[in-house]
Amino acid sequence: MKLNKVSGSVTALILAVSISGSAFVATTAQGAVKASAATSVADFGGLKGLIAACKVEKSLNIIADPHDWANYGEIITGFKKVYGVKINEANPNGSSQDEINAANQLKGTTRAPDVFDLGQAVLYANFEVLAPYKVINWNSIPATFKAANGLYTKDYGGIMSVGYDASLGTVTKLDDLLGPQFAGKVALNGDPTKANAGQNGVLMASLANGGSLNDISPGVTWFKKLATAGNFINVDPNPATIASGQTPVVFDWDYNQAAVQAKFAAAGKKWNVFFPTGALVGAYYNQAVDLYAPHPACARLWMEYLYSPVGQNAWLKGGSRPVLLDWMIKNKTVNAKALAALPTVKGNVVIATPNQSKAAADYLTANWTAAVGTR
Amino acid sequence: MAQNMIKSNTGSAFRGAGIRTWRKHSAYVGVTPFLLLVSIFLLWPTVSVVSGAFQDTNGKFSFGTIKSVITSSIHLAAFKHSLEVSLITSISGAIIGALFAWAVSTGKQGGFLRRLCLSASGVLAQFGGVMLTFAFLATFGFNGLVTTFFLKFAPHSFFGHPTWLYSMTGLCIVYSFFQIPLMFLVFLPTLDNLKPQWREASDGLGGSTLEYWHRVGIPVLTPAFLGSFLLLFANSFSAYATAASLISQGSIITPLEISGAISSETGSSNPALAKALSLGMVVVVVVVMALYTLLRRRVSRWEK
Repeated sequence: MKLNKVSGSVTALILAVSISGSAFVATTAQGAVKASAATSVADFGGLKGLIAACKVEKSLNIIADPHDWANYGEIITGFKKVYGVKINEANPNGSSQDEINAANQLKGTTRAPDVFDLGQAVLYANFEVLAPYKVINWNSIPATFKAANGLYTKDYGGIMSVGYDASLGTVTKLDDLLGPQFAGKVALNGDPTKANAGQNGVLMASLANGGSLNDISPGVTWFKKLATAGNFINVDPNPATIASGQTPVVFDWDYNQAAVQAKFAAAGKKWNVFFPTGALVGAYYNQAVDLYAPHPACARLWMEYLYSPVGQNAWLKGGSRPVLLDWMIKNKTVNAKALAALPTVKGNVVIATPNQSKAAADYLTANWTAAVGTR
Repeated sequence: MAQNMIKSNTGSAFRGAGIRTWRKHSAYVGVTPFLLLVSIFLLWPTVSVVSGAFQDTNGKFSFGTIKSVITSSIHLAAFKHSLEVSLITSISGAIIGALFAWAVSTGKQGGFLRRLCLSASGVLAQFGGVMLTFAFLATFGFNGLVTTFFLKFAPHSFFGHPTWLYSMTGLCIVYSFFQIPLMFLVFLPTLDNLKPQWREASDGLGGSTLEYWHRVGIPVLTPAFLGSFLLLFANSFSAYATAASLISQGSIITPLEISGAISSETGSSNPALAKALSLGMVVVVVVVMALYTLLRRRVSRWEK
């Protein structure tokens, strides 16, 4: 947090260089507004002005965007190809909080992140580091999926699910996983006291066991049963552990399961995805621009790319539900094949509110280790 | 001419003084990079941790965070587990490593076995973290080689159900793999300093083997043994990567709790808490290292 002071002189040097850069941007953009203060493409005199401003900056810093997460790989390569901009990818497996920590620690340097991809809890706690920006398609995004002032926009969402190697049998309810054939096989994506996916996995188990978004405790009790049965494992699942068979059952977002399904199909195996009845827990990830982005124009161009049909269809291809899906279906820009491949779910999808996830986080902090932490 | 001489004289006199001051202080110049490094990577973070521990989440001075750590059964349990793992692995590591070193020290000086053990221990003492965890997962993990074998031929045996690997037991066993070699490395020089003349003197005065160890061997080795034990304790107390890569669910030891407090994305992130937890660890390590320094002073008497 206080590292800034140490790197002060270095920062000053970098700033001196980047100030001359941004002054140039201000003149290229016909509007009087500097790129770092632009709140929409109009401030650049249109998309062309924004593209030109980004080309001057030459690069974009992204953080915690793994290539195998929700099809980020396609988006990153696509953006590089279309705009010829260099993308610096930092800490791909980091958490949302790591993104904010990096922004605070690297503030004022050229290495600071330009854009964020944040889970809800971290987003709500850190509005002060975000710059408002409304994309071209802003009006087509439903009001509940964006901040009215443009500080953040929800982007792609998923539903919590259980993916498993089909050779283990068929899962029709969560309690099937307590059986002896799943001994040492069930993994949760991340410690729920730290990771969103993990927390929502426990929420799903709670809903399937009589709990609610307000009460995560039945979920913790269920995972305790799973641990006592010897079925819950302490391994953090990732594409490598799944491919090697270390984690044959994984609680994760359905879009991450879709990526596994594709890999399994290519290897001639089958990965099934199961949604427990009455326990459809969803969540959206949010996109936002860093207030202190070293490449303010490219950061905003990245936002435009994400919310263009190309970016939104990339999420869809990755198996997640993009925020502009209805709009794309209506104006026929949607990728029909990807849409058809989305898993069908029956019933209502519920999303925890910031207060609900905070309450769940507090309960988990106090009870999770005792429930599953093996002595 | 005269003027020139005077000039050169004063010049050389000045230079002479310069050389003297230079000689006096040149030692400091040599050590400056080291001091700089220590202050950036050790002192600065320590100051930041200690001052941060006495702040609330808004950066105001407060005892609240420390109080919340001391009164929380979760944080205390994790701290207890940390101490437990460190004690168990440092005691067992010290004993096994010392015996191992003793066995090697009685062999031929510069012999093949000795060189092999020394270089192997040098590597293994640093073989912590993800690599070590991977080695264990590949062997004893749920789909490890040994586990698969036992599941086939003795499904109800200890090795057929490797939940122990992901628990405190597993942590202790895994940690031993860098603790024992480290003990071997630090304890072998002390054993080498056990002069054969002492044994001869003891024998010459009619002492038995038991008496030799009782009156000479053990008293000479004890400070070094305890010192090495403390080093092992600090080594395992501060280990993070091994535990983090082995245990991904539930923060059973303090370093894992600190990582959670720094990077939680579910709203439990709390930098002040991370610093308060770190302060507890700093205190333990300071006590251990102070004891270690005291012991080293005694040890060095015998190492001349």
